[in-house]
Amino acid sequence: MRWYTKLILPIILIFVWEVLAILIGNEFILPRIESVIEVLFRPLANIFGQGSLVENSAVSVFRVLLGFFIGLLAAIPLGIFMGRSDALEEFVDPVIQVLRPIPPIAWLPLALAWFKIGLAGIIFIIFIGAFFPVLINTIDGVKRVSRTWIETACTFGAKEAQILSKVVVPAAMPDIWTGLRVGFGIAWMSVVAAEMLPGTSSGLGFLILFGLNIGQLQVTIAGMIVIGLIGLGIDYLMKRVEMRYFGWKGLEK
Amino acid sequence: MRLCVQHLTKEFTGTRGERVLALSDISLDIEPKEFICLLGPSGCGKTTLLRIIGGLEQATSGCIAINSHHVSGPDPMMAMIFQEYSLFPWRTIRDNIAFGLEIRNVQREEREEAVDTYLSLVGLTEFAESYPYELSGGMRQRVAVARALAINPGILLMDEPFGALDAQTRNMMQRELLDIWQKTKKTIIFVTHSVDEAVFLADRIVVLTPRPGTIREVIPIDLPRPRDRTSEDFLRIRRFVLSLIDETMATREDL
Ligand SMILES: Nc1ncnc2c1ncn2[C@@H]1O[C@H](COP(=O)(O)OP(=O)(O)O)[C@@H](O)[C@H]1O
Ligand SMILES: [Mg+2]
Repeated sequence: MRWYTKLILPIILIFVWEVLAILIGNEFILPRIESVIEVLFRPLANIFGQGSLVENSAVSVFRVLLGFFIGLLAAIPLGIFMGRSDALEEFVDPVIQVLRPIPPIAWLPLALAWFKIGLAGIIFIIFIGAFFPVLINTIDGVKRVSRTWIETACTFGAKEAQILSKVVVPAAMPDIWTGLRVGFGIAWMSVVAAEMLPGTSSGLGFLILFGLNIGQLQVTIAGMIVIGLIGLGIDYLMKRVEMRYFGWKGLEK
Repeated sequence: MRLCVQHLTKEFTGTRGERVLALSDISLDIEPKEFICLLGPSGCGKTTLLRIIGGLEQATSGCIAINSHHVSGPDPMMAMIFQEYSLFPWRTIRDNIAFGLEIRNVQREEREEAVDTYLSLVGLTEFAESYPYELSGGMRQRVAVARALAINPGILLMDEPFGALDAQTRNMMQRELLDIWQKTKKTIIFVTHSVDEAVFLADRIVVLTPRPGTIREVIPIDLPRPRDRTSEDFLRIRRFVLSLIDETMATREDL
C-alpha cells in the first residue's frame, strides 16, 4: 500500500465532517474543524480554568503509568509462577477465569466504595485493566517455553532461579511484551473512563466530559484526538521495542 | 572417565495408565575416551537411556556411576547435545556457547577465552556475533557441540545430533566430530538409528532391540580411521550390523 492511499479516507472523513458541521450550523452538536484545531494548536492555553491540554494529558499519563506498573508488578511474577507450576495454576485459574470477563469499568462502584474519590480509585481501575491481559499472556508465554531449552539448562546444572532468569523469562519475554501492549491499551481506556468519575477534576477523561457540560464540544473532540494520539504513540513505541529486542521470535525457523 | 551402567530398567506409565517397559536390564561399561554408538530402530529406548545417563530422567531401577561415584541427576562431568533445535534464539552464538559457563558462575574473561577456543574449534569464529536463525542446520549443531564442550565435560551425550541434516552435511559433520573427539579426548555416547553412521563413527556399537529395550549385542569396530565407506571391510561390518537389526525387527514381528 502506497503512503498516500492511507490518507484518502481520513481526508474524505474530515471533508464530510466539515460539510455536516456547516449544514447543521450548531456548535453544540457538531463543532467546525477550525474550532477544534484552535484548541489543539494552543496546547498550553488554560481551558476555561481547568488547565491546559498538556497539563491534563500529563495527569492522565501519570495515572495510567502508575496503575499500569503496579499491575504488571503483580501480574508478571504471578504469571511466571503460574506458568511454571501446574498446581498453582489449577488453584488460581478458576478465580481468574471468573474475574477476567468483568470490564474494568464495572469495578467503578467498588472503587468508589473502597477508595472514595481520588487517585487511589482511578489507579485501582487501571490496575484491573492492565492486570489480566498481562497475566494471561505471561502464563501462556511461560508454558510455551521449549522443554529442550529448559532441559539444556538442567544438564548444565542450572538451579530453578537460573532457569527462570536465563531461560524462562527471556524465552517468554515476547509473549509477556504482547501482554504489556494489550494491557497498556486497556489501561489507557480505563483511565479515561475512570476520570469521568464524579469528583475528578483533572485528566483527559475529565476534560472531554467537562467540554460537554459547558457546551464546548470542540474541547471534547480535541481531547478525544489527544487521547487517540497518545494511545497510538505509546503503542508505536512498544512495537518498536518489540521489533528491536524480540524480533528473534518471528525469525525462528 | 569410566562410565558404568548397571542393570538399568525404566518403566513409563502411559496415558491410559498402562505400563510401558522402555528399558530392561541394561548393563554397559564404557572406557575413557571411547566412542560408543547406541544403535537401534526408533522406539527401542535410545533416547530414554541417554536421558537417564544425562540425569534428565530417573531410572526405575539400576544405577549409573562415573569413575565409581554414583550419578543421580545432571552431572558436571557430562554435557548433552539434543536431537532437536536447542540453541537459545535470543542469544548470539557467542552467548549461546557461554551459557553453561554462565550457569556455573565462571568469570567473564575466562568465559570469553573458552568461547573463543571452542568457536575456532568448530570453525565458527566469524559467526560469533550472529544469531542462531542466521545459521544453517549444520552450523547450529556445531554451536550446540561448542556449547557442550565449553564446560569441559569428560563425557558427551549426543542424541541423533545429525538426524535432521542432509546426507552431505551429515557426512561432513561426522568427520568433524571425529576430529574434535581426537583433539579433545572426550568419551562420546552417540545415539543413532543409522547403521552407516554408527559403523563410521564408533569404537563399539551397542545394538538395542525394542520392546523392551535390551542390549542385543556389543560390536567392536576395529577399522582404522579415517574410515572409507566404500572399503570391503566397512561394507562387511555394515552388512553384519544390518542383518542383526533386521533379525531383531523380524523377531519383533513374530510376537
Ligand atoms: N515420557 C514418556 N512416557 C511414556 N512413554 C515414553 C516416554 N518416553 C518414551 N516413552 C516410550 O519409551 C519407548 C522408548 O522411547 P525412546 O527412548 O524415545 O526411543 P528411541 O529414542 O529409541 O526412538 C517408546 O516406546 C516410547 O513410546
Ligand atoms: Mg530418540
